[in-house]
Amino acid sequence: MNYLIDRRLNGRNKSAVNRERFIRRYKDHIRRSVKGMIAERSIKDMAKGGDVKVPAKDISEPNFRYGSGGDWESVHPGNKEFVRGDKIPRPEGGGRGSGGTDSGSGEAVDEFVFTLSRDEFLSIFFEDLELPNLMRTAIAEAQDKKLVRAGYVKEGTPSNLSVIRTMKTALARRIALGGPLKDELEEARAELEVAARAGKPRTHIADIETRILDLEGRLQRLPFLDDVDLRYRHRVSVPKPSARAVMFCLMDVSASMDERKKDLAKRFFTLLYLFLTRKYERVELVFIRHTDEAQEVDEDTFFYDTQSGGTVVYSALELMQQICAARYPRSEWNIYGAQASDGDAFGADPAKSARFLREHLLPLTRYFAYIECPDENQSGNSSLWVEYEELQRPEHDFAMRRVYSATEIYPVFRDLFRKEKV
Amino acid sequence: MNARIHGPLPHGPEWEFDLLEQYDAAIAGTAAEFALDTYPNQIEIINSEQMLDAYASSGLPLGYPHWSYGKAFIRHDQAYRKGYQGLAYEIVINSSPCIAYLMEENSLMMQALVIAHASYGHNSFFKGNYLFRQFTQADAILDYLVFARRYVMECEQRHGTAEVEEVIDSCHALMDYGVDRYRRPQQQSAKEKEARKSEMEEHQRREFNDLWRTLPPTAPLASDTAAAVFPAEPEENVLYFVEKHSPRLAPWQRELVRIVRKLAQYFYPQTQTKVMNEGWATFWHYTLLNRMYEKKIVDDAFMIEFLHNHTNVIAQRGFDQPGYHGMNPYALGFAMMQDIRRICENPTAEDAAWFPELARTDWRKSLDFAMRNFKDESFIAQYLSPRLIREFRLFVVADHIGKAELEVDSIHNEQGYRRVRRMLADQYKRENILPEIQVARYERDGDRSLTLRNQIFRGRPLADDEANEVLRHLGRLWGFPVRLEAVDAEGRIDGYREWRP
Repeated sequence: MNYLIDRRLNGRNKSAVNRERFIRRYKDHIRRSVKGMIAERSIKDMAKGGDVKVPAKDISEPNFRYGSGGDWESVHPGNKEFVRGDKIPRPEGGGRGSGGTDSGSGEAVDEFVFTLSRDEFLSIFFEDLELPNLMRTAIAEAQDKKLVRAGYVKEGTPSNLSVIRTMKTALARRIALGGPLKDELEEARAELEVAARAGKPRTHIADIETRILDLEGRLQRLPFLDDVDLRYRHRVSVPKPSARAVMFCLMDVSASMDERKKDLAKRFFTLLYLFLTRKYERVELVFIRHTDEAQEVDEDTFFYDTQSGGTVVYSALELMQQICAARYPRSEWNIYGAQASDGDAFGADPAKSARFLREHLLPLTRYFAYIECPDENQSGNSSLWVEYEELQRPEHDFAMRRVYSATEIYPVFRDLFRKEKV
Repeated sequence: MNARIHGPLPHGPEWEFDLLEQYDAAIAGTAAEFALDTYPNQIEIINSEQMLDAYASSGLPLGYPHWSYGKAFIRHDQAYRKGYQGLAYEIVINSSPCIAYLMEENSLMMQALVIAHASYGHNSFFKGNYLFRQFTQADAILDYLVFARRYVMECEQRHGTAEVEEVIDSCHALMDYGVDRYRRPQQQSAKEKEARKSEMEEHQRREFNDLWRTLPPTAPLASDTAAAVFPAEPEENVLYFVEKHSPRLAPWQRELVRIVRKLAQYFYPQTQTKVMNEGWATFWHYTLLNRMYEKKIVDDAFMIEFLHNHTNVIAQRGFDQPGYHGMNPYALGFAMMQDIRRICENPTAEDAAWFPELARTDWRKSLDFAMRNFKDESFIAQYLSPRLIREFRLFVVADHIGKAELEVDSIHNEQGYRRVRRMLADQYKRENILPEIQVARYERDGDRSLTLRNQIFRGRPLADDEANEVLRHLGRLWGFPVRLEAVDAEGRIDGYREWRP
C-alpha cells in the first residue's frame, strides 16, 4: 500500500537547534564579526542581521585522508587525442592531477560566510553590553500588543463567560424552539374545549388529551440553558498605539575625542535608539556635533568626520533648544536627549551649560542622559561633570555616568528604565 | 494493484494530490509488469526549507542535535539562496516503508519522474542489493533514529551539552572507521558454548589413547607465545574497538560511540553503491515512463518534458569541459544498466565474446542478478563493456610520484579495455578513497596505549595535519596514549605519530 502525505505544514525549522549550536560554538569568531559590523553601521541599521565570516579551517571536521604524494591512476571520460604513453605536464600547484576520486568535490572555500538573523545579531550585540536577559527580550521585541475586546465567540475559557449574552441567547433559543409548540398546545386545548362542549365520543377526547400531554412534555424538556447558548467575551491583540519621539545625539568632536571614545558614544546612542524604537513607532534622530560651535549634521559626518577646535558645550545645548522650538513642539513629540563628551570644558562654559540644561532643556525633554568617556588613566572629575552633578535630583529626568568600556554603558539605562517603569 | 487506466492521464505544470495518486497507481501498475520488488512506499511532499533541513541531517528524517549539522544547514542554505546550488528533486530513505521526500516546487511531470525514480527504482535497490540486506534493517532504522535522538538529548541533560558534543565530535572524526565491511559471525550464546564444550569433552573421551602419555614433551612453538598481543587479529572497525575496550569511557559515552557507529554502518552500503544505486533508479524511471508512454498513459508533451530532464541528469561532461567533476554516477550507472539490457537482447559479436553469460538471456533476470549481487567496484569490473568504454572515450592517467610528468596509461582501444575497466573499478574501491587504518595493539597489561596501523598503499601518505587532529580525537575517546604507525608494503614501520593525554 502506498501512502501520500503532505508534510509541508510540519515544522520548518528543524535545523534551528543545530544552527544555534553552531553559533554558540563559534561565538568568538562571530563576536569579532559583530564588532566590525557595529563599527561600520549606522544607528538605524543596527537592528538588522548581517554576514559573518569564519575561517573555514577553524570549523573543519578532520578525517583520515590521503595527502598528496604516492602513485595514483585516474580514469576520465572524453578522450580526444591521447594515446598510450603520452606525457602530460603536471598541472600547476603540485599534488596529483586527478580530479577523480576525492579531491575537488570536498574542497572547502577559505571562508565560511553566513547570515545572522536580526535576533541573533541583537543577542550578541546586547551580550557585549551585559544587559540582563529580561531586558534583552524587552528591547528586541518588535512591538507591544494590547488585548482589545472584539465581540463574542462561542468558545472560550470559563473566566471569559459573558453571563448576560449567554442568557439572552438561551432565551432566544427557548422562544424559537418553544413558540410553535406553545401555539400547537393552545390550539389543542381550544379543540378539547370545543370537543367537550359538542359532546364528541370519549375516544376522540382522549386522543386530544394525549396530544396535549405530549406537547406539554416536549415543552418541559426544552433545556433552560444549553451548550450552544454559551457566549464568551472575545479579545484580540492589536498593536499599541504609539507616539512619536525624537532623539537628540549631542557629541563633542574636538580633537580629544578619539576613536575609542566615539565608539563608546556610538554604542550608547544605539542602545538608546533601540530602546526608543521599542517604545515609539516613529523615532527621529537629530545629530548635533560641537567643537567651539555647534552644527546639525548627518550620521556619517557625526561619527566619522574629524574636526579640530576648542570645546563649547553650551553651543550644542542652545542649538538643540532652537531645533526643538522650530521642528519638534513638545506637545507633539517625546523629546530625548543624549550627550556624550570627554568632559573637557573650559572657563564659564560648564556652569553656563548646566544652568541652560536645567532651565531650558530639562523641562522640554522626557529624559536627558549624559555619558562621559574620559581618558583611561584620567582621575578626578572633569569640570562639566562637577557642574552636571547638581542636576541629579529626583525632580529632574536626568542620568549621568562615566564610562570607560562598553560593559559600563548599560547601567546608564538602568536608571532610564527605572524611570520609565518598564 | 493493476489500475485500469484508459487514455492519457491529465498533464500540466501544476500537480494535485489526486493527480499524484493516479500517477502513482499507474507507475505501480507498470512496475508490477516488470516484477519490481519494493518495500511499501510512503511519499511525502515537503517544501524547500524542509528539504534544506533534510540535507543537513544527511537525509534522515530525525537526527540527534549537533553543531556540524547546523554548519551543513547554513552552507546549503547559503548556496541555495544565492543560487549557486539547486535542491535535489527528491530524497529517499532506506527504510520500510520506504520514505521519499518530494519537493513541492516540482512540476507534475517531475513528481511522476521522481516517484518512479525513488519509490520504485531506489526502493527496489534497497530491498534487493546484498549490501543493504546484510548491513541495514530497513524496518528498524526509524525506530533506532528516534531512540538515538532521545538518548543523546537525555545525555545532554544529564551530563551537559559540551560533554556530549565532545564525544560526538571525536566519533564523527572516526566515523569512516566505524564500519564493518564483513559481517561478524554470530556470537555464540552461553548455552551453545556449553554444548560445544561438552561435545569436545565427549570427543576427547572417545579418542582417548593412553599411548599419547608416553610421548616426550616438546618445547612450545614461538608463535604460541607471541599470541599475547591483543587483539589477536587486527580490527578494522576502530569505533567498535573503542566502544568495547576503551579503558576510560563511561557507559553512556560507550552508547554514544555505538550510536555513531550504527549510523556509519547504516550509510556504508550507500557509499559503496552510488553508481549502481543511481544507475538502477535512473534506468527504471526511464524504462517505466517509456512503458507508460507506449501504453498511452502519458502524452507527447509529458514525454518531451521528461526527456529534457532525463538528459540533463545523465549528462557526462568530458575531462576538459567546464563543470567537470569526475564521472557522473547517474550517467555511468544508467549507461551500464541500459548496456546490460542491450547485450541480453541484441548482442554484437564482441559482446558475445566478452559476456557469454549475458548474451541472449532474459534481460530482466540478468539485470536483477547484477543489482542484487554487486557493489560499484565489482559491478564495473564485471559489466563495463568495451562498447561503453568507447562511448565514454575513457582513458587512464597515471600520476606516479617518481616521474616528472603524468602519463597516459591506457585508452579506449583493444589493448586498453581491460586495464581501463580495472582502473575505473578500482576508483570506487574503499582503499582508494580511504587510507587503510586498523587497530593493531592494545597494551592491556602495560601502559594501556592503543596502536593503530596505517598500511601504506602505493606510497600514499596521510594528510598530515588532519591525521594529527583525528589522533587527538581518538585520544580523547581512549584516555591513554594513542599511536598511529605507518607500515610499508614490506611490513617495516615507516614512521609513527603519537598523542598523549
